[in-house]
Amino acid sequence: MSRLFMFEKPLGMRDTLPELYEKKHRVRSLMEKAIKEWGYSFLETPTLEYYETVGAASAILDQQLFKLLDREGHTLVLRPDMTAPIARVAASKLLKEDFPLRIAYSANVFRAQQREGGRPAEFEQIGVECINDDTVSSDGEVIALLVESLKAAGLLNFQISIGHIAFVQELFLQILGTEERANALRKFLYEKNYVGYREHVSSLALSSIDKQRLLDFLDLRGGEEVIGKALDLVENERGKKAILQLKELWDVMNDYDEQDKVKFDLTLVSHMTYYIGILFEVYAGNVGFSIGNGGRYGLLEKFGKEASATGFAVRVDRLLEALGGAWEEVSVHCIFFSQERRREAFQLAKQMHEKGTRTVLQDISGVKKLDAYTKKFANTIYLLGKESTNE
Amino acid sequence: MNSMLTIAMPKGRIFEEAAELLRKAGYRLPPEFDENRKLIINVEEEGLRFILAKPMDVPTYVEHGVADLGIAGKDVMLEEERDVYELLDLNISRCYLAVAGIPGTKMNDVAPKVATKYPNVAAAYFREQGEQVEIIKLNGSIELAPLIGLSDRIVDIVSSGRTLKENGLVEYEQIIDVTSRLIVNPVSYRMKEEPISDLVSRLSKVISFGGKEL
Repeated sequence: MSRLFMFEKPLGMRDTLPELYEKKHRVRSLMEKAIKEWGYSFLETPTLEYYETVGAASAILDQQLFKLLDREGHTLVLRPDMTAPIARVAASKLLKEDFPLRIAYSANVFRAQQREGGRPAEFEQIGVECINDDTVSSDGEVIALLVESLKAAGLLNFQISIGHIAFVQELFLQILGTEERANALRKFLYEKNYVGYREHVSSLALSSIDKQRLLDFLDLRGGEEVIGKALDLVENERGKKAILQLKELWDVMNDYDEQDKVKFDLTLVSHMTYYIGILFEVYAGNVGFSIGNGGRYGLLEKFGKEASATGFAVRVDRLLEALGGAWEEVSVHCIFFSQERRREAFQLAKQMHEKGTRTVLQDISGVKKLDAYTKKFANTIYLLGKESTNE
Repeated sequence: MNSMLTIAMPKGRIFEEAAELLRKAGYRLPPEFDENRKLIINVEEEGLRFILAKPMDVPTYVEHGVADLGIAGKDVMLEEERDVYELLDLNISRCYLAVAGIPGTKMNDVAPKVATKYPNVAAAYFREQGEQVEIIKLNGSIELAPLIGLSDRIVDIVSSGRTLKENGLVEYEQIIDVTSRLIVNPVSYRMKEEPISDLVSRLSKVISFGGKEL
């Protein structure tokens, strides 16, 4: 390995410099405010977790986990998401009584990147989990809150695509018969390989009606009309139930007045095994990657509780990219003082701080290039020399 | 929102066939389109913008969303494994990936070496065969490698087999058939659904499958 430069950071790790910090902080507080208004409680969990428990339960691929050993030889992971730690806490601590639980977080998560080393391996996620409430209302609540918090952050051009993994699985089971075959076909969706999907379908020994059903399935994208089309394709009860859940979700979104932000995409398969019901991804117009995702999962069972949950997570770095430079500069004032008027300067600064005006106190003799330095501030005040009008 | 679609086109071999297919689908592309040396070509009337990229880079542009769509060979898709939708098999530029080498030779037992432009595909292939080989990445003129003893085998695309023949090489195994694919960025696929669906349906009508029913 080549020698490290002194300024180097581990691959994929980034500094957040003041300007970006401001933007990030602002987006975070706007989203947190919206989330708190909906009665969600924020919590923190440790950065390190056991690989065997949280690491293995998370939706993140094994090769993306940062692993290390503790002194007893247990494998630890840097948390790759917040959902698994929250499921752990909820199952062991919070779910003492059988109530619905509303939890939120904003935290950094860690995922080792496979290619092009500069991609962030640590990034902040803001999200919520609505635990132990199986209703479609709770799926709808999470999506509506996602819409609301993104709007609160200032994002206008975005869309949420909603799918239902149980529908996909039931439709495939109905036509293909076995779990194994259904999984094989679903893998093509997960890999976004429609060409492979179609080739696979045409290679199967199926009636032409069933083949056509599987091909028509790929077109199940759009608004409310998708529900009718999907009902035509699926015959078994559980598949129908999944579609009726989507129908109900559509009505729930309508009652939230947020229908224009959601669309159905029943081909959506974000993960091979993690989700169990309604799932979704968020896209913003000017970013090439999804900025967030979520859905219903059964993770709590792994931690010993019979409960399902739904939630969303937004990637703050991508949200910032989507928001672009639409942020005003933070204005900072500066009071330059000399010894003689130090007390006066401190008093003035105190008043300004109390009013919430960001104000720097700078001893004038500590500045070498005054002209250039003053340009960094929105406004400068000079309290120098003997008491005078020198301001 | 700008509804213009940006399409990443591969320079070289595939370009002409892809342009022909677009014309067949009813897109009026200017005649100078084919001999253009520009890297960005706007076709305002059709609401299309083309960028001309190295074939191996097309999925990268699409994954990052700077191009909504792209035309890329399956060979490139397998090698790059980018997070994009593979929507259509355009069935153009048909060829295949193969293992080739000097006739009548065996892989070196001590240090078997394979030269290729497709290190990921080659590594996966030999791993599946249970063979441990050293993969040597080259950027072109792969046929040279066995001739001067850099490697025992090469993994490369073969279309007519002429290049192999002219260099005195023979094909040992075929790995996978390759055609060009229409790929799309997952965000564009949702945010620009209408123009993309339109393009897909127009293209799918003019793809010829030469007897193969799909």
